[in-house]
Amino acid sequence: MTALGIAQIVIFFLIVLAITKPVGVFMTRVFEGQRTFLHAILRPLERLIYRLGGIREDEEQSWTRYAASVISISVFSLLATYALQRLQGWLPFNPQHFSTPQAPQNATPMTPDLAFQTAVSFMTNTNWQSYVPETTMSYFVQMAALAVQNFISAAVGIAVAVALIRGFARHSAKAIGNLWVDVTRCTVYIFLPISVLAALFFVWQGSIQNFKPYETVQTLEGSTQVIAQGPLASQLAIKMLGTNGGGFTNANSSHPYENPTPLSNLIQMVLIFCLGAGLTYMFGKMVGDTRQGWALFAAMGVMFLAGAFICYWAEQAGNPTIASLGVERSYTGTQPGGNMEGKEVRFGNPMTALFATVTTDASCGAVIGMHDSFTPIGGLIPLFNIQTDEVIFGGVGAGLYSMLIYAVIAVFIGGLMVGRTPEYVGKKIEQKEVKMAIIAVLATAFCILVFTGISSVIPFAKDSYWNGPGPATANTNNAGPHGFAEILYAYTSGAGNNGSAFAGINANTPWYALTMGIDMLIARFFFIIPALAIAGSLAAKKLVPVTSGTLPTNNSLFVILLIGTVVIVGALTYFPALSLGPIVEHFQMLNGKVF
Amino acid sequence: MASVTAPPDGRKPETKQVTKQETQLISKAVRARPLFDPEILRRATKESFVKLNPRLVAKNPVMFVVEVGAAVTTVFVIKDMITGVGGLLFGVQIALWLWFTVLFANFAEAMAEARGKAQADNLRKTKTDTLAKKIVSGGKTDLVPASKLRKGDIVYCEPGDLIPGDGEVIEGIASVDESVITGESAPVIRESGGDRSAVTGGTKVLSDWIKIQITSNPGETFLDRMIALVEGAVRQKTPNEIALNVLIAGLTLIFLLAVATLPPYARYAIQAVGSGTAPTIAVLVSLLVCLIPTTIGGLLSAIGIAGMDRVMQHNVLAMSGKAVEAAGDVNTLLLDKTGTITLGNRQAVEFITVDGATDGELADAAQLSSLADETPEGRSIVVLAKQKYGLRGREVREHEAHFIPFSAYTRMSGVDMDGRHLRKGATEAIADFVKQQGGTAPEKLIELSKQISRNGGTPLAVADGARILGLVHLKDIVKGGMKERLASLRAMGIRSVMITGDNPLTAAAIADEAGVDDFLAQATPKDKLEYIRKEQAGGRLVAMTGDGTNDAPALAQADVGVAMNTGTMAAKEAGNMVDLDSNPTKLIEVVAIGKQLLITRGALTTFSIANDVAKYFAIIPAMFAAMYPELGKLNIMGLHSPQSAVLAAVIFNALIIIALVPLALRGVKYKPVGAAALLSRNLLIYGLGGIIVPFPSIWLIDKLIVALGLA
Repeated sequence: MTALGIAQIVIFFLIVLAITKPVGVFMTRVFEGQRTFLHAILRPLERLIYRLGGIREDEEQSWTRYAASVISISVFSLLATYALQRLQGWLPFNPQHFSTPQAPQNATPMTPDLAFQTAVSFMTNTNWQSYVPETTMSYFVQMAALAVQNFISAAVGIAVAVALIRGFARHSAKAIGNLWVDVTRCTVYIFLPISVLAALFFVWQGSIQNFKPYETVQTLEGSTQVIAQGPLASQLAIKMLGTNGGGFTNANSSHPYENPTPLSNLIQMVLIFCLGAGLTYMFGKMVGDTRQGWALFAAMGVMFLAGAFICYWAEQAGNPTIASLGVERSYTGTQPGGNMEGKEVRFGNPMTALFATVTTDASCGAVIGMHDSFTPIGGLIPLFNIQTDEVIFGGVGAGLYSMLIYAVIAVFIGGLMVGRTPEYVGKKIEQKEVKMAIIAVLATAFCILVFTGISSVIPFAKDSYWNGPGPATANTNNAGPHGFAEILYAYTSGAGNNGSAFAGINANTPWYALTMGIDMLIARFFFIIPALAIAGSLAAKKLVPVTSGTLPTNNSLFVILLIGTVVIVGALTYFPALSLGPIVEHFQMLNGKVF
Repeated sequence: MASVTAPPDGRKPETKQVTKQETQLISKAVRARPLFDPEILRRATKESFVKLNPRLVAKNPVMFVVEVGAAVTTVFVIKDMITGVGGLLFGVQIALWLWFTVLFANFAEAMAEARGKAQADNLRKTKTDTLAKKIVSGGKTDLVPASKLRKGDIVYCEPGDLIPGDGEVIEGIASVDESVITGESAPVIRESGGDRSAVTGGTKVLSDWIKIQITSNPGETFLDRMIALVEGAVRQKTPNEIALNVLIAGLTLIFLLAVATLPPYARYAIQAVGSGTAPTIAVLVSLLVCLIPTTIGGLLSAIGIAGMDRVMQHNVLAMSGKAVEAAGDVNTLLLDKTGTITLGNRQAVEFITVDGATDGELADAAQLSSLADETPEGRSIVVLAKQKYGLRGREVREHEAHFIPFSAYTRMSGVDMDGRHLRKGATEAIADFVKQQGGTAPEKLIELSKQISRNGGTPLAVADGARILGLVHLKDIVKGGMKERLASLRAMGIRSVMITGDNPLTAAAIADEAGVDDFLAQATPKDKLEYIRKEQAGGRLVAMTGDGTNDAPALAQADVGVAMNTGTMAAKEAGNMVDLDSNPTKLIEVVAIGKQLLITRGALTTFSIANDVAKYFAIIPAMFAAMYPELGKLNIMGLHSPQSAVLAAVIFNALIIIALVPLALRGVKYKPVGAAALLSRNLLIYGLGGIIVPFPSIWLIDKLIVALGLA
């Protein structure tokens, strides 16, 4: 590791730390319906949406109605996204004529299974892409279907987190807010303004925003190259801010248009974390003790730094086998050293390792390098980050509600150890909360482990409908434990609603489309519904006064307990699978065996 | 009862029988037993096998998984035996240890239950079916079996009769031996009316006679309930136990997923490497059993039963485990002043003279006027005079002494002897008395009286005819160590509230001296109820003790209501615990036991989960040694062979259950300190300790089985 590399990670973290409170304060005002400096301009828009949607701003919902609203907005989103994709040949802004007879030779057909997988993927905030956007999606679909889902799925995530916070903050209450109002406020006051500013910033840095057909250019080598165009900057901003991660281009944020400069790279990472970090402060503020929020922040911060440094260390150390071939492995003034396979030279090891950690800490999934090419340990970090439900700042909203679910488990065990019925921020944690927390954790584990298990062995005939390449394992690019890791990563990414990939797997077959679709749906809704059930149950409870006999949840001891719970529950659940993937691969690499 | 000790609002005097009993904690029917009583061990060992019945095990999801695993492994071992596959030694051992795991867990539960059953047997012995003298129409008595008595029947009891069922005395007075229930050998008085009218079935009338109206049907008597409770027959899982069960069942499911998906992963690996064999059923089941929280799963119900049992050993009968659990959560303790915070009675601590009387004169007059006063207050005056001025109690019969007993009307008592009219009593009453005698009450007397009141004492004026000699300062004596105990409660986050009939001035002074956090002065039962409701509205859990019928609403409202056994049936029905010793201070111990119960659960859960780390390091490299020898690097314990590693982990997993049985039954050590200190301590011992301990243990077991040639 180099001083510069370490400094990059530390500076990034300090920026996140600095914006946490202002973002949190602003979000608190928005969700509590208080006036902000943006109301003068945006309040009419908010009211217009209420009027058009028939939403009653002052009407609150019980947790069941809130959950029903989440499901109805999701089902509608799923259907609309599916329909827009399937109909793209008849829709405007399709200069490349995708899904029409004039489509280019290399275009990916918009099959029902791909449309389904993609619709699920964007509706669940996963943004797994089994297709190459430049050769598959029209500008209209990118904007009206995918980018819209980037807003809605993220706003739903934040709304659920806000509802859960209300569960903790309220007492003897029946309602936990109104999903439609929360989604509207989140979109109008938070997503729209920041996205507009960020999009303009990215355009300034060199991103494109147009409706032009693709350009064909003559390269210096004399061959021709097609350069994709389109309304990229606008989608880029919300892709980061909403931790969606679905790229406008196949190369995602390693594409020069999608990440023009080191500065744009830094801002993209900050955008991924800013709302997740702000939510921790909002949590503290709404439950009446900002230290509670900072305790969550601290747990997240410690795990973030640990992951980032381990990943960076592994990538900078590189592969000893390559070194033995006489390749310079250490950093020199003129070349980066370490493992540069699959990395953009513009970003190098520290930035790529940091970005990979950030994108999987949060459920973003945007990438600036190929995780498939990481060293085994370097690749283990993103994998483990997702498997522990992306609680490190996390997907917008999802990170906080996942962390709160872990906090429920940590408090339940820790609270018993101080001799009281466990309580967290004044709310008793009882059977219902524990049951719901366990269902949530179980759902993720079930999806990852079971689908990986099935795909490791399920046979298909070659050229069969379900999986053309043959058995499900044939879709991997690499053999051995690395191939296994690719399958594991795919279902992990789906279940974590992350969307990043160990890119070496072809998931665009009906088998993978279907299983990953189910994977994403189960993991999203069997997390959200239990979270809302907890919110409803907690909101109805009385507030227990804090005494010296109460388990303190705003100090370093609790931070340790929380980190321990996340890491140990995650490690115990996934250790066998990981040991057959990256762990054994690491030992094999040390023995000079690579895949 | 001396006038002065009567509270100003004229409530019933606060002195209770309790104080006497406190000093007499002698033989108890329900007595603490040694942890490993041979009789209990025998019983528990037998029970552990009975409990292998899958229908019984199914109640415990974790152990059910272990039992199914053991059965499956056994079937495969038998199949291997028949088909003659090698490596039987390993399979047989694994199967055996898996069965042991279930047996050990059963044993823990059986141990806890057996302790209760042994106590129940003792109680049952006293419950022979007696003949009752039922009063039928016309006042005649019929002999009917006690089991035929219904609610509302009236029976007659003479000396030597066992009282046939729970009831209220409606006529007569008798001394009753209640040692069956309380372990208290001294007889108690039961009489009609008032707070001492409740009698319990199975107790024995020693003298006089009583008529009793039966208040419970057969099988529902207090004794029946008590037997059922100690036996654990009516044991319901408590809310927290259910929640914890949900957690460990959830973890079990997660580990079931982690293990069940290993065969396909292994098949992939075999294909990828081109060699190796899939993990056998025995190894897979071993990994599963090692991972699922068997330690806490096996000990959970034992912890709950033992918690109830510990309460019982303090001679408190908890009507439900929920009540014990709630005790751990209590935020506010309502403590009666008299008998709980202070000794039952006020004592003379000082003589204060007025109007030029000498100390000796005052002490002499006070002593003489108290000689016939048998109240503790009166006796304490005699004692103080003797201690301070060497005045001996005199045989006043030699003199022509005429004692004036205390009456609520005159509010004073005294003696007329040798032409002297000695009186002691309430300041106003004595002032009136001297005025009648032609004297005057000095201004200073009133002032001094007020001063004593302000300091929490009770002034007792003493007059010799028309002359006022001075005051005796009677004081409530705060029990020794009470301040420290209340301070430790505070450290646990529990507020103590003193309930007293005293006026606010007096109450404040005593509250200050005892160090309670709040007090409720001139408290009526209604005030108590309101105070409890107010606390509960603020989300606090309240515990209190009570004995009178008028305490019943408050006892029912409180989250933990401990009724005194000397109290009325109404009080006992309303509370969720009954203190057989009728010692209100015990509430503090009950709270500690409740906390200890929860801590034991949390600690063993943490320990159980933390143990898994080491087991992974033992089993995973062993499991995949055939296809990925590189994973041998994870064998950081340097275990001998894959088989010895798996075996060692399984043996450790089984033995740790049995090793922790004493801890589960006794409860983890509990110190009344703040939550932060408790958490860091327990996290260190059971969390970090739970991660570390298995490493050397598994290593050692591995060495042993290799040395014994078992693997």
